[in-house]
Amino acid sequence: MPDLTVRVWRGGADGALVSYSVPRQASQTVLDVVTWIQRHLDPTLSYRFSCRVGMCGSCAMTVNGAPRWTCRTHVSRLGGDEITIEPLRNLPLVKDLVADMAPFFDKWAEVGGPFVAKEGVATDNGFARVEPASRDRQAVDAGIECIGCGVCYSACDTVAWNPKYLGPAALNRAWTLVNDRRDGARTERLTAVSGDAGCHACHTHTSCAELCPKGLSPTLSIAGLKRATALATVRGEI
Amino acid sequence: MWIAQRASAAAMAVFVAVHLATMIYAVRGGLSAGEILGRTHGQVAWLLFYGLFVLAAAIHTPIGLRVVAREWLGWRGRSADLAASLAGAGLLVGGLRAIWGLYA
Repeated sequence: MPDLTVRVWRGGADGALVSYSVPRQASQTVLDVVTWIQRHLDPTLSYRFSCRVGMCGSCAMTVNGAPRWTCRTHVSRLGGDEITIEPLRNLPLVKDLVADMAPFFDKWAEVGGPFVAKEGVATDNGFARVEPASRDRQAVDAGIECIGCGVCYSACDTVAWNPKYLGPAALNRAWTLVNDRRDGARTERLTAVSGDAGCHACHTHTSCAELCPKGLSPTLSIAGLKRATALATVRGEI
Repeated sequence: MWIAQRASAAAMAVFVAVHLATMIYAVRGGLSAGEILGRTHGQVAWLLFYGLFVLAAAIHTPIGLRVVAREWLGWRGRSADLAASLAGAGLLVGGLRAIWGLYA
């Protein structure tokens, strides 16, 4: 089979795609391709990765137009002999394939990402009793596996249109806490997600759910937040 | 605003369906515009129906236009809010005038 023609974003925001020829290898992932370029063609290529096995989420990049974990994207599954690799969208660019994740995590803080313990929920032994089969716990389970890779944020059209929009991951985090009966900051959190940049800005394009490598549905979480904030408004809680 | 937009959308789902069904029925029956006007004059039920329809549209439209202005045109702030509100007010006034024409 012919070598791969790989176009990689180089430089900052005003950079450009640079073409490289990369030999094919067995079970080759896109992360392998990027690593091969750095080790054999240009050691100045910057990119981010850590675990290489789909646990950390740090190697997310835009591959052929869609955000993906490059370590879990096999070249053979992309089809064709050409690959275009760019940094994650909707985030400031540091250099080459490295996006600045700060705005993404700042928004987790904005929605009240940290858990705040509610008083009086813990039992005598210091633990709260949460039934695994309960409805709210199952709602938490549906969104809790997010590892903060930023794929959904990069895929979101609403973030592109409204840079202040909190985005799928932060709102998904808020939804898991809203459903946590031990959480003591429900009102503050629902208020935080109710502004112009909050859950109601979502257009339900479902790109986040379509592309989430963990198979989560932030769209569903955001829909839940819309319901919860509407009910809280009617009840005069927020 | 989100609740207002969703509630007005739900109301309009009914209004639009009834409106379209009525239009199709009226046209198939071969009624002229004059004959339709003759039947709507003095009908409080039609006045209320289309009055609420216009009200729902006047609530729904400016909220949507404001979002379009913010996201597609990058037009934010009070000027965009005001422009969207004016569009809603225009719909309300124009719509109510038209309905009054049907009724009176």
